[in-house]
Formats: sequence, C-alpha cells, structure tokens
Amino acid sequence: MNVVAPFEGIGASVRRKEDLRFLSGRGQYTDDIARPGQAHACILRSPHAHARILKLDAAAARAMPGVVAIYTGEDTKGLGGIPCGWQLHNKDGSPMAEPRHPVIAEGKARHVGDPVAVVVAETRTQAKDAAEAIEVEYEVLPALSTMKEALAPGAAQLHDAAPGNLCYDWHIGDKAATDAAFARAHKVVRFETTNNRLVPNAMEPRAAIGDYDPTTGEHTLWTTSQNPHVIRLLMGAFVLNIPESRLRVVAPDVGGGFGSKIYHYAEEAIVTWAASKLNRPVKWTCDRSEAFISDAHGRDHVTTCELALDETGKFLGLRVDTLANMGAYLSTFAPCVPTYLYATLLSGVYSLPTIYAEVKAVFTSTVAVDAYRGAGRPEATYLLERLVDVAAAETGMDRVEIRRRNFIATDAFPYQTPVALQYDSGDYFSTLDAALETAGWAGFEARRAEAAKEGKLRGIGISTYVEACGIAPSAVVGSLGARAGLYEVGTIRVHPTGSVTVLTGAHSHGQGHETTFAQLVADRLGVPLSQVDVVHGDTAKVPFGMGTYGSRSLAVGGSAMVKAMDKVVDKAKKIAAHLLEASVQDIEFDRGTFRVAGTDRTKALAEVSLAAYVPHNYPIEELEPGLEETAFYDPKNFTYPGGCHICEVEIERDTGKVSVVNFTAVDDVGRVINPMIVEGQVQGGVAQGIGQALMEQAVYDESGQLLSGSMMDYSLPRAEDLPMVSVANHVTLCTHNPLGVKGCGEVGAIGSPPAVMNAVVDALREFGVRHVEMPATPAKIWNIINAGAQRMAAE
Amino acid sequence: MYDFDYHKPSSVADAVKLLSADPDARAISGGQTLLPALKHRLNRPTYLVDLSGIAELRGVKREGDKITVGAMTRHIEVQNSPEVKSAIPALAYMATVIGDIQVRNRGTMGGSVANNDPAADYPSAVLGLGATVVTDKRRIAADDYFQGMFTTALEPGELLVAIEFPIPEKAGYAKMRNPASRYVMAGVFVAKTKDGVRVVVNGAGPGVFRQTDMEQALSANWSPDAVAGIKQASEGLNSDIHGSAEYRAHLVSVMAKRAVTDAG
Amino acid sequence: MPQVTLTVNGKNSTVEVEGRTLLVELLREKLRLTGTHVGCDTSQCGACVVHVDGESVKACTILAVQVDGGQVTTIEGLAAADGTLHPMQEAFREYHALQCGFCTPGMVMSAIDLVQKHPEGMSEREIREGLEGNLCRCTGYHNIVKAIAAAQDVMHGKRSELARAAE
Repeated sequence: MNVVAPFEGIGASVRRKEDLRFLSGRGQYTDDIARPGQAHACILRSPHAHARILKLDAAAARAMPGVVAIYTGEDTKGLGGIPCGWQLHNKDGSPMAEPRHPVIAEGKARHVGDPVAVVVAETRTQAKDAAEAIEVEYEVLPALSTMKEALAPGAAQLHDAAPGNLCYDWHIGDKAATDAAFARAHKVVRFETTNNRLVPNAMEPRAAIGDYDPTTGEHTLWTTSQNPHVIRLLMGAFVLNIPESRLRVVAPDVGGGFGSKIYHYAEEAIVTWAASKLNRPVKWTCDRSEAFISDAHGRDHVTTCELALDETGKFLGLRVDTLANMGAYLSTFAPCVPTYLYATLLSGVYSLPTIYAEVKAVFTSTVAVDAYRGAGRPEATYLLERLVDVAAAETGMDRVEIRRRNFIATDAFPYQTPVALQYDSGDYFSTLDAALETAGWAGFEARRAEAAKEGKLRGIGISTYVEACGIAPSAVVGSLGARAGLYEVGTIRVHPTGSVTVLTGAHSHGQGHETTFAQLVADRLGVPLSQVDVVHGDTAKVPFGMGTYGSRSLAVGGSAMVKAMDKVVDKAKKIAAHLLEASVQDIEFDRGTFRVAGTDRTKALAEVSLAAYVPHNYPIEELEPGLEETAFYDPKNFTYPGGCHICEVEIERDTGKVSVVNFTAVDDVGRVINPMIVEGQVQGGVAQGIGQALMEQAVYDESGQLLSGSMMDYSLPRAEDLPMVSVANHVTLCTHNPLGVKGCGEVGAIGSPPAVMNAVVDALREFGVRHVEMPATPAKIWNIINAGAQRMAAE
Repeated sequence: MYDFDYHKPSSVADAVKLLSADPDARAISGGQTLLPALKHRLNRPTYLVDLSGIAELRGVKREGDKITVGAMTRHIEVQNSPEVKSAIPALAYMATVIGDIQVRNRGTMGGSVANNDPAADYPSAVLGLGATVVTDKRRIAADDYFQGMFTTALEPGELLVAIEFPIPEKAGYAKMRNPASRYVMAGVFVAKTKDGVRVVVNGAGPGVFRQTDMEQALSANWSPDAVAGIKQASEGLNSDIHGSAEYRAHLVSVMAKRAVTDAG
Repeated sequence: MPQVTLTVNGKNSTVEVEGRTLLVELLREKLRLTGTHVGCDTSQCGACVVHVDGESVKACTILAVQVDGGQVTTIEGLAAADGTLHPMQEAFREYHALQCGFCTPGMVMSAIDLVQKHPEGMSEREIREGLEGNLCRCTGYHNIVKAIAAAQDVMHGKRSELARAAE
C-alpha cells in the first residue's frame, strides 16, 4: 500500500501543534508557575489621579501576619526609571520631553493605579491584607483627565520635565505644497473625530515572578511578555543594571497580548529587584480590575482633518491635526504610535499628492497609552475611511466610486507616498471587487427595504485600507528615533537523526507559531511536522530576538528562519557531496532529499545530519561538524497588507441597539502559510474592531477616576454580540522578503472599525446624520434617532 | 476577601440561631452576588451561614392557585420546573435569562430576593405578581417587602424561606441588558392577576417599583399599544456611562410594550 | 482551619483551607491543577469554569468549603485514561476554536454543560447566547461556535447514527 504523507507545508491548513496542551490544561502560563519558597507581592496603587504623597506609614502593615517586606519609592529611587524605547523630535529638532518614570512613585502619583508601595508576604492574601493597612496621606492635585485640560494655559503640571504637559510637537509632510493644494481645491471637506480609548484586555492578566541565585548572581524573570529579549534589554540595561549574561527572561505560554504585553512594566522590575533583595522568588499576579489601571491602554486620539478635492472627486491634498494621549508616563513604544505608525499611513490606499500632518503628544493623569492591536494604523484608517465617506456624501459621489477613482493604480507599485512610506505591492481594485461581490453590495437596497418592513434601520459600510507591518529596516527606524534594531533571529538546529528544533526570537501568544513556523521547515527541509519543534520565549534558549508585535513574526521572524535554512542547506549540500562523492555544484536539494543531479544517487537529510554529528566519513578539513545555523534578518522595508471590509448592520429603532448582521473581509496578507490560522487571526481582529466601533471605551471622570474600570463597566464583545465573519484572501506577494508574506495579525482590527461606523451612519441617513463617534452604544444611537425624529417632527 | 468562619446548618432553626447570634454574620445561598462583593472587600462578615444544606428550603410546589418556590431553589430549577412552566411561564422565562449558565446553576431565588439588587431580575416578578415573601417568622406582601436599593423588610436574623406566587391570568417580562455587566439596565414585568394589573420596573431605578400609569392603561386595554405611549418620568432613575436616566425612562416604555407582547 | 474533602477528576483529596479560599484557589494552589484559569475578578470571563457535581460553575465564585463532599471535574480530567479527547476538546482542535488557549479550559467546560442541557440541539444563536458567561479575546467566537455545533452532534450521537446509515 502506498501511503502518501499529508501535505504539511506552505498553504496547508494543518491543525495546530500547540492545541493538545492547551485543551488538556497543560499550558504553562506565568501564574501557573510556583517557585519553591516563593513570596507574593501586592502593589498598593494610588487612588488619586494626581497627588503628592505627604506621608506613608507602613508600621502597622509591617506587623501583619506573613509580611516579608514593604518597599516604597524611597527604596527604589536609586534604580533607573522605566525607559522609553523611542525618542521623537519636535518640529524644531529638539528632543521630546521624557520625564522619569519611577518604578515606584517618588513623592507624587500621576494616575489612578500608579504604584505607591509594594508589599511582599508569604501568601497573596496576606500581601493584600497588609497593603490595605498602609496609611498614605495624599495632597490631591488637579487631575488632568483629558488632553484639552492638560494643554489649557495654567493647567497643573504633571511632570517638571514636561512644560505645558506636552511631550512633543511633531509633523510630517510638505506644509507649503499642501497649503497650495487646498488653495486650488474645488471642494474642501472638514471632519473632526475622536478615536476612542481602549483597554486591551488580553484574557490572561499580567504576571511576573522574579528569582535570584546568590551563588551565581543570576536573575530570572518569568513574565507575561510578547518579547522577552526586549524586556531583558530594557530592564537589565536601564532599570536594574544587570548584564544580559546574568539575566534570564522567560515568557512561557502567554494568554493573548494585543500589544499590551510588549512593554516593560514596573512590576517586572519590582519582582526581579525584590527577589534579589530577599533571596527568594517573588511573584505578582495582576487582578483584572488592577489591569484596567495598570496595563497600557490604546488609541485615544482627537483629530481635525481636511481633504481637498477637485471637481471630479480626485483627492488633491490632506491636512491632519492630531492630539495623542500618552497618559502619565511614556510607555515603551508610545511616542512612535501616533507618528510613524499613524501619520505615515495617512495616504491609505489613495493616490494623494500631498499630505501635511501635525501631532502633539500630551501627558495626562491617566494610565499610559501605547500600541494596541494595529497601533496607529487603525487610527489612520478610521480617520481616512470615515473622511472619504463624508466626502462622498458632501460631493454626492458614490462611496465605492470615490474610492476607485482615487485608488493607487495596480501598476503603480512600488508606490511612494508623500508621508515617507514606499508600498511595494498591492491590488486594491481586486480586493474591493471581491468584497463587493461576496457581501452582495449590489443587492443591498432590497435588504434595507426588507429590514424597514420590520421596523429596523439597515445600513452598509465599506472600508478599503492598507497598513504597514514588520516595522523596519533597523537603520531607518533608528534614524526615526527607535532605540533598538528591528530585525529578527532564527536558529535551525537539525539533530543527528534528522528532527529539527527551531529557535525563534518571535513569541507566540495565540498566533500559532509552533505550527506555522514548523510548516516552513516541513516545506523547505521536508521534515514531518511531528519532528519539528519550535522553541521561543526564553532568553536562555533563543540567541536573541525582538519579539512579536506589529504583525511581524512571519514577515521578519519567518524570513530569518528561511535565511537560517538556506545556510543549513548550503552546509548540508557540502556534506552530501562528500558522502555521494560528487561535486557540491551537482547536488540538488528538494524537501529532505539530496540528489546528484540527473542520477538516482541520493542521501536523505537524516543521513546527512547523522554524518554531521558522527563525522566518521566527513570533510573535516573544510567543514566543522554539526548542523545548526542562526540567521538575523533585517527587512528592507515594511510589508503592506491591505484589503476591503464590508459591514452590514441593523439598528433597533426603539432601543438604538446596533447588530452586525454581515461582515465580509477580503484581505491581501501576502502568501498564506496556514489558511486556517490566518482566517482565525482575521476573525479575531474583526471582533476587536467591532468591539471598538460598538462597545468599548475607557472613560475617565473629571477627577481622573476610570469609570469603566472593570468588566462590570467596560463592554467586551461576547459571542452573542458578534456575527460569523466571512474571510477571504486575495494575494499579492511582498516583493522584498523571501516568503512573500505580509502579516495578518492586525488587519482585522484595522479594516473593520470604519466599515462598521460607515454602516451605522448609512443606517441612520434618514435622520441627516453626518457622523457618529465610536463606540456606537445603544444609548448614543437612541439619542441620535430620538433627536432626529423630534427635529423632523418639528420641520 | 477578608477571612471568615463558615457554618452549614441543616435546619432553618439552626440557621436562624446562627444568623441571630451575630449581626455581622451573613447568609450565603448561591453566592453569585455575595462572593463577588466579598472578593472586592465590600463586606466583612464574621461568619457565613451556608443555607445549601437545608433540604426544606428547596423545591417548587403547586397548591391550588399558587406556586411556592423554596428560597434555595436554583434558577436552573425554576427554569426547568414543569409547575412553573405551566403556571407562570413568564417566571420560567425570566429564570432562563438571569446571568449566565453558571449563575443559573448556583444562584437561588431566595438569594436574589433577599439581596434586592436593583439590577436583579426576580424582584420584578415577585412584586409584579403580588407574591408573598415567607420568612421563618412571618409572611410579607411584596408591596411591603421591597424598600429600595439592597433594602428589604427582612429584619436582622430573619430568614427568607419561600416565595408564594399567585398564578396570574397572564404575565410577561422583557429587559435590556447592560452591555458590560449584562445585569438589567431596564426591565419590565407585567401581569394580569385576579387582583388587577401590575407593572413593575427593574434595573432602571434604585429599586423595583410599580408603574401605575401603565397599570391603569393596561387595566383599561391590555395591549402593547396601550403602554407604548406612556412615558416613564426620568427623575430618580439611574444615569451612568451606559445610559442617561432619560434613556432608561424611554427603555421602560419599550420593555413594557415587549413584556405585554410576551404575555400575549 | 476548615478541612475540605472532595473528589477531583476521580481522585479523593482532603485539603486544609481558609473559610475564604475559593475553589479555584484550592485547585490551582493546593492541588496544582493549573488548567483552570483566572481571567477576571468580577465573575464574568468564565476562564475558571469547572464542573461541580456535573454542572458548570465559576470556580472563582464558589468557596472551597461549599464544595465539601462534592465531585469536581476540571479540564485535566476530561480526556479518557488512554488520552482520547472528549468530543468537545476534539472539536475545538478540529475547528481552530482556540488561539492563546487561556479562555479555552473554561470555554470547553461551559460548552459541555451547555450541550448536555440542550439534548434537543442548539442553533447558532442559541450557542452564542449560551456562551454569555465566557469571554474570548482572540477568536471572535466564530470557530468556537462552529466547534460547539459540531461537538453537540457527536455528543448527542447524531454522527454515529449517520455513520450507521452509511453502512
């Protein structure tokens, strides 16, 4: 019987290797780890948004059962501050304001949730009991809950080092050319909007365990991180002054990140430092309500923009003025999100001759804001795609036609935008056509009429987008302010019997790397998936890495693996040539088999690898034994996924409740390795986009309290809030990485919010609605319907 | 959570003795509201008295024209009870939409009614059906029982043992859930009973209350349209980031209409 | 300190706890069954769902002492002794109904109770409504709903009937 092995390589929807352990309860997340003798930390957090700490009395707390130690800012003031990984420069060339971010508040708390003291005790409940017994006397200072308040003349100052609470005042593009374009415009469309502040809410709350071996001086940190090597670099070099060789950072199974687990957080430094002070492991696990006031939030832009059009509806120029909330301190990537990940995307999928964008970043007395799924690109896409719909309405053009008319032509790639990026490939017409077809755009009016018979308002919305993934190359991002390189590292270790271990600097926290990366190996080296293991998330095992964010894992990390596999094949060919007594030029390699070209003389990879480790018959003079190669891959450019999302909603007139009834995503994510996983990524991203559009919002009151500070008040999408999501791909290949891949992790969250909101506005058109701010909650929509109905009755 | 002692009596008499002995003792039935509150350190009981070991507090009985539900009867049991389903389908339906499946597996009617959370479901049915709250000491008419947010006529140490529902001619319930917590944002229970029409609002205000304008309208004309035009005053209703008092007032009319439709 | 005796995944245990110890703390910290997760502190996310006496409960919203004498099943106890997955576990794998895996144990335990409580079978809408108590931030629920729909057929024996018909 001829048994054909199932195809497991590129393009196969193989089932995930990681699932068996997750489905059996054998995943190992940080909080699942119990170190022998571990103590537990509880962070006492400021209840005030902005307050001077006048007195802190921990005497009673110290006497509580089980208390091991209590630390305050006095104890940690000798440590470095939590560093920021990106330095922006102002319009005038001066560097941004970069005030110290203490590990524990030093004399002043700057947001509700700012760490004020740390209790370490034998058990978690003892630590919590004692934290409650610490007496803190505060002098409450004026809260700066909004950017407007923070920028107002005479506003209270959050940091001495940031006058006027301004972090930076930055711009991009050609102001003069843009002014000129507006001067000759036939029509100018103005639009203002707020991109709502979100709380990421990965299902696994953050956790960290510090450990210290006094005999070797080695520190270990287990943490819920998307990029353990970056944490090692930031915490070791800037905060605790520990050389990399003495600091191991492990990010084991991580339960979702969506950006919120990229950053170096104070708690990581606290447990690592405390463990070395106490000579015992110290563990901290975040409560969900604590996460709301300590995890970095996302989005939070206030923007005014203007689009200049000619008489045919062609775009002439775009002006954008954005305020971006940084929160109280600069989180790791915060400065780059509203600039290089936002303003550089303002050309979208359109041929826009000139753009000028200004961005002011503002300190407020709120939790730090940083990248959240999409990071800057959802804000740019939302702005542009709502603006285009408003422009269509105000010029009387069809929403699809105005897009088509302004799309970058398919033969115009590589396409240089006026805001620094050069798109390498794309085909916006094809993704648009495919989405219109799948969504039944042409037949929509019949569905609208049908819904109207049932008393429902039905609307349809479209969004066409491009985004940028795999931020790079290092030299360019370095010149823009990045304080790190943005390459990735991969090691391919072929074992003596031919099984393979992959070491990758990317980190999987839901993306399925253990499967997708193994498929690359199966495809290239012909090793069965069952004999490929992917190791990630441990600085002691993986040589180096920059981690997973910005949909970079496959485009950058996968490319590093391809480079490493090339090196493996090169070396293995030499070994095979020796074994086959042929010239290396005559050796062909195809999926696991080395062959002397034109003959039936072959060696399997496992025979070659065995020779490499048991070099009895081996070209030892010219080749070292072993078969293991490492490659660093530094991309030449970003990758540019794009596509078209179409959303159909129904609104209940009497309650204002919006339901998404159809959602179609047609994306160009480049080459697809595992279609099942890509579909899942898009569906998950769309769910978060629908969440942003309809449900989610972080709300601070005037005193700086987070009103949506728990799952009781922050609306997260549940199963009944979401539709089935139709996902399709239309592929153009990335031209500059070896796999042709672009990235799929964020497209869902980037493309969907404007599609949803365009549908909501369309559904409400009978009320003369121009724009609805996110989230479109039932109460907000009912207010619009109610006000519209009253106005129409009066007319 | 603060630590506490734990007792699990097997009779009402023992439970009452324990609860009377210490004003800071708390009864726990399903615990689906109490435990979240304790976890947030909002309460500091000296000891908990677990009522789940008291067999006499469980079960549903139909006697003549009334249904009696024992305090420790879980939502899932109310939802599946053939007696409730045939006599008061609106009450069985209400049980199916309380919280989530885990809440319904643990939560009890007595716990919900004794706690009187303004965003709970059952209080509206108890008041809407003109039920009688039976305690270890006395019988309390629903109209006298509910006294505003988390407040009832129960005295310290008094134990709710059962609720007697007169079987209505028809009844219906509709609610809008809070999009975050999924508790009731505004709900209306309507019933046509032999003593007249009752309309009760939950979720929208600081406690359940009867909507007398709607009661009069439905008495004259039992139809969804009869209540659709009646406006609930927004004064005194809840207002928060999920909706203004005006929105909730509007929802009361909408839910009333739906509840009447549901009742048939 | 109170003592609790319970059967977890078929094994008897007697454990010392505080009055305030939650079932999930007993499982994770005392018995080191870390498959049951804690994702929130307001009883909403469902990552901690286990079965107590055959029905799903949130292990973060029940005291260990309340389960004295009870039978508990956690995600670790679902598969057969030979490793054969429960049909719900198998369906989650087949339909890619998990990504980061954190909500998965609770989601699976909830889904099993849901299917058991609906022998008549559930529609897509009913499955979605039935998942009220479980949050997932990765999948958008699309594949979770599909997996549960498929698993309910297996659990209710529909597939085997089909297989018989085919023979």
